[in-house]
Amino acid sequence: MATTAENFPVHSEDHGHDADHKPGFFARWFMSTNHKDIGTLYLIFAIFAGIIGGAISGIMRAELAEPGIQVLGGVVTMLGGEAAFDQNLHMWNVLITAHGLIMVFFMVMPAMIGGFGNWFVPIMIGAPDMAFPRMNNISFWLTVAGFCSLLFSMFVPGGTGNGAGTGWTVYAPLSTSGSAGPAVDFAIFSLHLAGAGSILGATNFITTIFNMRAPGMTLHKMPLFVWSVLVTAFLLLLALPVLAAAITMLLTDRNFGTTFFDPAGGGDPVLYQHLFWFFGHPEVYIMILPGFGMVSQIVATFSRKPVFGYLGMAYAMVAIGVVGFIVWAHHMYTVGLDVNTKMYFTAATMVIAVPTGVKIFSWIATMWGGSLEFKSPMVWSLGFIFLFTVGGVTGVVLANGGVDDALHDTYYVVAHFHYVLSMGAVFSLFAGFYYWFPKMSGKMHSEFLSHLHFWTFFIGVNVIFFPQHFLGIQGMPRRYPDYTEAYAYWNEVSSIGYIIMAGSMVIFFVNLAYAFLAGRKAGDNPWGEGATTLEWTLSSPPPFHQFETLPVIEDHHDYHDHRPATA
Amino acid sequence: MNFGDLPKGAMRTITTLWMAAMLALAPQVAAAQDVAAADTVEVADASADVAATTEAADAGAGYTPLGPDMIKGQPEPGAIDFQPQYTDDGEFAYKMHTYLLVPVITVISLFVLGLLLWVVVRYRRAKNPVPSKTTHNTLIEVVWTLVPVLVLVAIAIPSITLLARQYETPPEDAVTIKAIGYQWYWGYAYPDNGGFEVISNMMPEEDAIAAGLPAQLAVDNRMVVPANTPLRIQTTGADVIHSFAVPSLWFKIDAVPGRLNERLLTIKEPGIYYGQCSELCGARHGYMPIAVEALPRDQWEAWVLSKGGTIGEEAEIAVEDAQSAEDAAEAGDAEGVAAANAAAAAE
Repeated sequence: MATTAENFPVHSEDHGHDADHKPGFFARWFMSTNHKDIGTLYLIFAIFAGIIGGAISGIMRAELAEPGIQVLGGVVTMLGGEAAFDQNLHMWNVLITAHGLIMVFFMVMPAMIGGFGNWFVPIMIGAPDMAFPRMNNISFWLTVAGFCSLLFSMFVPGGTGNGAGTGWTVYAPLSTSGSAGPAVDFAIFSLHLAGAGSILGATNFITTIFNMRAPGMTLHKMPLFVWSVLVTAFLLLLALPVLAAAITMLLTDRNFGTTFFDPAGGGDPVLYQHLFWFFGHPEVYIMILPGFGMVSQIVATFSRKPVFGYLGMAYAMVAIGVVGFIVWAHHMYTVGLDVNTKMYFTAATMVIAVPTGVKIFSWIATMWGGSLEFKSPMVWSLGFIFLFTVGGVTGVVLANGGVDDALHDTYYVVAHFHYVLSMGAVFSLFAGFYYWFPKMSGKMHSEFLSHLHFWTFFIGVNVIFFPQHFLGIQGMPRRYPDYTEAYAYWNEVSSIGYIIMAGSMVIFFVNLAYAFLAGRKAGDNPWGEGATTLEWTLSSPPPFHQFETLPVIEDHHDYHDHRPATA
Repeated sequence: MNFGDLPKGAMRTITTLWMAAMLALAPQVAAAQDVAAADTVEVADASADVAATTEAADAGAGYTPLGPDMIKGQPEPGAIDFQPQYTDDGEFAYKMHTYLLVPVITVISLFVLGLLLWVVVRYRRAKNPVPSKTTHNTLIEVVWTLVPVLVLVAIAIPSITLLARQYETPPEDAVTIKAIGYQWYWGYAYPDNGGFEVISNMMPEEDAIAAGLPAQLAVDNRMVVPANTPLRIQTTGADVIHSFAVPSLWFKIDAVPGRLNERLLTIKEPGIYYGQCSELCGARHGYMPIAVEALPRDQWEAWVLSKGGTIGEEAEIAVEDAQSAEDAAEAGDAEGVAAANAAAAAE
């Protein structure tokens, strides 16, 4: 830097060698190579996508509030289509597809891995930045491009009406011969772009974690959040290429006359499902593992106690990642699997409950004997542990191939995966957000508003999703815009829950505005002596480039005290 | 009882106003809906007409469709449990869920909640200002790994048993019924009984209510089967993947194009059992319900004859005829699908 800076007169005047030398606005935010700025971009993007995905679920709950088709016609008209019976129903399928894809690929994944992963993995291992800073920037903008492609697909013909109405799973042949028009092609292209961005991101994280740890930071001393991102990156690297292959085959089936999934040409629709879920099941762990990591950090911090059973916790995540690759067909129990296949997948799926149980109990054991302080990140983590348990045990019910014959593709499944995602992943996201917001912004949020946000959100999502177990047990199928009168009661309750949840999100944004406009200045370590990872040794917000002199991790017996000896 | 009555009333008023406005401003929207409904009926008629062996009038001697009093499998308003089960496997699975799975998952959830509440109260900072430094306890880690394993084994044993029961091979004399998923209706073919095919469309809401049947579940032509007789249910899809599902029979198999899925089903008593398509299949995915009507054997045979079908030895002799009839039926289907597409295009 020093030699090049001399060539630019402008640089000779300011502090060219200063760690806080920032580029201009456009260069900083659109051509960024700084892991913290890219992390911030990812978080802003995820919040934006979350608002859109959440608004779509609001339309869905409004439609489902009572039997009949009430609001879909208005949505079709609003998006520039012509409202008619079939077009309105097609719009429903477009909405469920968009909600699923947005929440998975453009909200949870960017927030967890792109946002918190980018921000804190380099800091926690004592590295100045990611291994491939420019590739990091490409990952982000590919994700944005993918999101644009998905939104664009809603305005072009997709068969019965505008938009891709295939469900987020994009099953053939509904997605091939069943959906004329370019909408599904744009949706597939969206997944290609987001997938490519994630694969690049994953290679970046793996390289960073393996090569850029500070002296003394052995793998077995890494904070659990870094472990969780490492395992997640491997899952991404191994799973996403399979998705890319499957959706590329969809594209060629659609446009170039191949018949990978068309029985008329010797193909098989079920092959697509095997490929999709070989990706899709690891994907659900991709969405939750970083959450596990964050909750581990937070629980330890606010218990003022190192994580209980550190090695067990780390290798439980590895085990979940490995077993996650060999259970995919439990998403396909009703396609006509062989009985032995079904028995195997039943048994293998239940095995996952064991490492998951180890994690739940280890978090509780971490708190056991601790000195608990109930700051906002801690209450969100406590909520996470309980609600994830509830979502986990219904997973054990669904794991049984024979029992699943009644529950497959019903609202029971919807309730189950929203308990682990909309409550598991999202609660851990809010926990992580409140935990690191002071570090990232340098401002304190309101603890009162954060707690209010927690309680209203907790009540809201439970009112939405708990009754959906009843609907599923009574037989109400998923992906239905309309239903028989008998399902009206619990659907109405569920829709009321959405209103509570939406109000809760208003509190979140008020809190955010409060923090930026009137929040107290955050100190280096606002959480006290329990916060021992390296980010708390830096200023809030950290300097533009940190660790120009690498921190040295002393050889403690305690796995979790990563503070440099001088700190 | 329903605490949502107020907003519901308000929503109904808004809906009525909105509907009225729509009717006044854009009559073609409402018209399109009627046309759509009418088209489906016509398509069904067309397929049925072409389907070679179904000329016989519905009101054949000895068969009257079961009335609403015979509905046994349907959802109950506000219910929180499974629908009553009318198969042996369904009862087995229901018992496994109710007496094993629900207690186990409830106990686990409450146990975790209890531990959380305990640590929150007992180890709050005010109560316990100095944290312990314990980070390992091999014994407890082994315990919380092995105990869940034992619980899972206890679940796995009946679970594997259930799977084995569900996959029993149908006996030789089982009645074969082929459920074919179309966008967006069901076809039920009876290859053992002359190969005729019944086309089943959702009944329009007004007709269903007038007949005292549940809207969105009632159909014009039910899948009529003999009760207390092993049925060989086969499913396949004609265009995209559908799924044949009946909750009160604990039965669900996907209808996949290019594949023939098969499963044994024995319904214990006569009655009407409703189900719905359970795999996303396009716009009217929510509008292709399944209605299974189980009759005593003799009444079912009368129904088969009224459809121009055959029974017993007669059927065996007529195997070849059946084959050709099935071919004809499939040809009919193709035309039906074409007609449906044309109708969709016309809209």
